[in-house]
Amino acid sequence: MLRYTVNRFLQAIPALIGVSVITFILLHVVPGTPAQVMLGQHYTAARAAALDHRLGLDKPLIVQYLVWVENLARWRLGYSYTYDLPVASLIALNLPHTLVLVGVSIMFAHLFAIGLGTLQGYYRNSVFDYIVTVVNYFFYAMPGFWFGIVLIEIFSIGLGIFPSGGITNPAAPVQTFGSYVAHLILPASALAVTSMAGWARYMRSTVIEATEQDYVRTARAKGLSEGRVMFIHVLRNSVLPLITLLGLSLPNLFAGALVTEDVFNYPGMGLLFWNASLERDYPVLLAIIMLLGAITIGGNFLADILYGLVDPRIQYG
Amino acid sequence: MSPAQQDPGQAGPSVRARAWRRFARNPLSLVGVAVLLALVLFSFAGPLVYRAHPLTVNLFHTMQPPGGAYPLGTDSLGRDNLARLMWGGQTSLEVGFAAAALSMLIGVLYGTVSGLAGGAVDTVMMRTVDILLSLPSLFILLFLDATFQPSLVLLVVILAVLGWMGVARLVRAEILSLRARDFIEAQRAAGATTWRIMRHGLLPNVLGRVVVAGTFSVADSILTIAILSFLGLGLPPPAPNWGAMLSDSQNDIFQNAWWLIYPPGAAILLAELSVNFIGDGLSGIFHSAAR
Repeated sequence: MLRYTVNRFLQAIPALIGVSVITFILLHVVPGTPAQVMLGQHYTAARAAALDHRLGLDKPLIVQYLVWVENLARWRLGYSYTYDLPVASLIALNLPHTLVLVGVSIMFAHLFAIGLGTLQGYYRNSVFDYIVTVVNYFFYAMPGFWFGIVLIEIFSIGLGIFPSGGITNPAAPVQTFGSYVAHLILPASALAVTSMAGWARYMRSTVIEATEQDYVRTARAKGLSEGRVMFIHVLRNSVLPLITLLGLSLPNLFAGALVTEDVFNYPGMGLLFWNASLERDYPVLLAIIMLLGAITIGGNFLADILYGLVDPRIQYG
Repeated sequence: MSPAQQDPGQAGPSVRARAWRRFARNPLSLVGVAVLLALVLFSFAGPLVYRAHPLTVNLFHTMQPPGGAYPLGTDSLGRDNLARLMWGGQTSLEVGFAAAALSMLIGVLYGTVSGLAGGAVDTVMMRTVDILLSLPSLFILLFLDATFQPSLVLLVVILAVLGWMGVARLVRAEILSLRARDFIEAQRAAGATTWRIMRHGLLPNVLGRVVVAGTFSVADSILTIAILSFLGLGLPPPAPNWGAMLSDSQNDIFQNAWWLIYPPGAAILLAELSVNFIGDGLSGIFHSAAR
């Protein structure tokens, strides 16, 4: 297991290098340069050359890449072209909001997925099971951003219960924790709904599988209460695989956050990336793509490792 | 396992009939086909019946609720919402299907080459797929779109280029398992060329799974293009598409214009739903145990 973990970890390194090389090339082959965007109508060839020289963009691409890698190795992510701030501080400002959004959605999604999936698996092929299955199909196909707009239409504009966007209440003198939570509920629900449906479906099938196992029959034969059988024997063995699935869903969740942040004008990584794209803020774009690449690779890594820990029958060669 | 399943190589029509029966056994797949057909008819034949033009601005009739001359109301420029929904559907469906088809093509070719080549070539090709799968594709699409606003065709190409990796993996795995089978071995022993083995031995057997993957890929492409258009990117205005209509509706959201919010979203939802149903039904044909 330890050897497998180390090997698997070493495999992640070339993947990260690959992601950085592709991103670097991609950023530089698209037409237009940061100088054009930054100088705008003040653009002259001489000014552009001076700016390129200052930003190091006049060096060959390979040199630029190596400089970037060298800085990265010293935890220097560079300086934003447009915000007059180090990239690291920009990310430190925005990433926590996205992490809270994604984290709360994961919590919502798991809560509902585990609850519904377990009931469905337990009462399988009942009317309840069919209804939830159909509803789940709808949620699974639901475009998250549209669901977000519908939530705003119903809960913010129609009923006036929750704020329609942002994370602060401009009218209030002091921002309370309650207001923060209120700003979070709609975007987190919009982000949670798609993954919730997929996970509930998965949960249903693992619960069904688990209830048909010998150890569950043994537990029932021992005369354990039905609740104890479900919670200790079935649920524990069904929830853990779901957690491995979480590692694989991370990229989708962050992509979903990008759109959700736009709908709710939520100041996270998505909004930062979107602005950086328009301004061609290379250091910011590179840092965010690398971060997401690392999250994806890390999620896959964790899923693989957890899978082995959860199911000791799996042998790694 | 029934005797029918043990003997897949029988005469053509009865295989097809059996496949259809298995597909139709799942009522949801039939619903999927019906809904998708309805959406296609609505988008492509609808404008022949309902003649209002989607781009005609009428500043005297802005934000009209449904009713009277406007069955689905009008937007903030007084454009007919029903007409926009129909015309928008054409773009959304075309882009979705075209991007899915192209990514299947790339994936099948790549996966076949990788699986047949084996050895170091296969390793390098598959490691490349791993790396590409680690790229946050929606973020890259957003960047490309924000920087140089691609044309419709280029956008389809970009969607396909970012979306073929899953199929390539699947095809490669199939090819590896098929390669070791007796009937391929027999073809090779009989002196068939690699090309012939590919065409007559491998590809027909891979096709089923590719079609299933392709169906889900259509759903992904329709959603991705809707997301991009919603973010104000994707396809150049003023031609409507479902995602862009939702983007516009967001500007008018405080006017409580529900008729601008629900129809385009429901259209995307129905497209996603029907394609998923069909995909599930199709995968039921190829894996006897339905999901």
